Amino acid sequence: MPDHQHDHDHSELSDIQLRVRALETILTEKGYVDPAALDLLVEAYETKIGPKNGARLVARAWIDPDFKAALLKDATAAANASGHFSPVGSHLIAVENTPQTHNLVVCTLCSCYPWEVLGLPPVWYKSAPYRSRAVIDPKGVLADFGVTLPADTEIRIWDSTAETRFIVVPMRPPGTENWSEDRLSEIVTRDCMIGTGLPMPEGAR
Amino acid sequence: MSNTIHDMGGMHGFGKVEAEPNEPVFHAPWEGRVHALQRAIGAAGLWSIDGGRASIETLPPTTYLSASYYQKWFLGLERRVIRYGLVGEDELAAGHSLRAGTPLPNKITPADAAKPPIRGNFARPASAPARFKPGDRVRTREMNPATHTRLPRYARDKEGVVEAIRGCHVYPDTAALDVHNENPQWLYTVVFTGKELWGDEADPAIKVSIEAFEPYLLPA
Repeated sequence: MPDHQHDHDHSELSDIQLRVRALETILTEKGYVDPAALDLLVEAYETKIGPKNGARLVARAWIDPDFKAALLKDATAAANASGHFSPVGSHLIAVENTPQTHNLVVCTLCSCYPWEVLGLPPVWYKSAPYRSRAVIDPKGVLADFGVTLPADTEIRIWDSTAETRFIVVPMRPPGTENWSEDRLSEIVTRDCMIGTGLPMPEGAR
Repeated sequence: MSNTIHDMGGMHGFGKVEAEPNEPVFHAPWEGRVHALQRAIGAAGLWSIDGGRASIETLPPTTYLSASYYQKWFLGLERRVIRYGLVGEDELAAGHSLRAGTPLPNKITPADAAKPPIRGNFARPASAPARFKPGDRVRTREMNPATHTRLPRYARDKEGVVEAIRGCHVYPDTAALDVHNENPQWLYTVVFTGKELWGDEADPAIKVSIEAFEPYLLPA
């Protein structure tokens, strides 16, 4: 049973499981939510919607110049036209890494993230270290991920302060010229599409 | 609120970014339940997405910093269900319903939840032409509202360039206070140099953009 005598001390956090269960019980008893619907909402993000969705878009963009042009012009329309699993509601923007510019996405104010194409964000993306440093010390952040860029590369940080959402289209690595779309999609990791990683063909199966 | 602990861009002292290898989507079942509850109750449309954000931003700073992400979601949700009259404090204390609920404008059924989720559209018809165009130099306003805003502190009173117009969108600053006060505003991507934001010692290789609503901007 939640203990509301101690709202502002540590128990507020430690009894979280009980409090969540209590709130779900209350909301269910009052007819506001249906637990069966909640099960399905959880399941969708645990099993169906994740970074593989975005990786498919990137791999396809690498192979198909027309699709890439469409994706960079209007990522929402291009993703939806491609039969992407999770319909992209609106305002998705694809930004392309080039030899001149590397893109990095952050939400300094909360945790805005393109769920439809990347699933739910990892803890680090929502954490104070990333949110505070990405805009002032992006090279230090990239170093935390083991990423070093050529000294003359411009780093462009996109702070997601509105309902627009960003997905980075990384550069296709050399040595992948004959790869299939499926194989390419395996090296497009979540971090590549946030901008904290680079596709690594040597690490792929 | 505007100058609360959530506005972290440019702060020092939080340490390294630590990525967790093979991180699960949810670290415990209750996290998934919080995620789903938030979405299910949010669908009723009683508050806006920014109303939700505001309830988290205004948590006590010590709580904000020590709570995990889904703990913060839960604490914000708990505040909202009370503020909007869905649940009483006495019911939270009792751990079960003490009164019948009044029907919500929209309830997510299992059939709804089985479909792929689709995000809301925040674009709205404009009541006036966009004031700025790509290439325009603009200065962000110095502003410190006591209520919710999406103009981060590090990007206030800074000169930048409009790179793109993103359409006319629900204005977070008013919609956070009242879901019906959408007050649509033009939205722009505005780019700043590192030097403009962080001073002469800034890394010359960095540029930072924010998504800025028109009321945040003045001609430079």
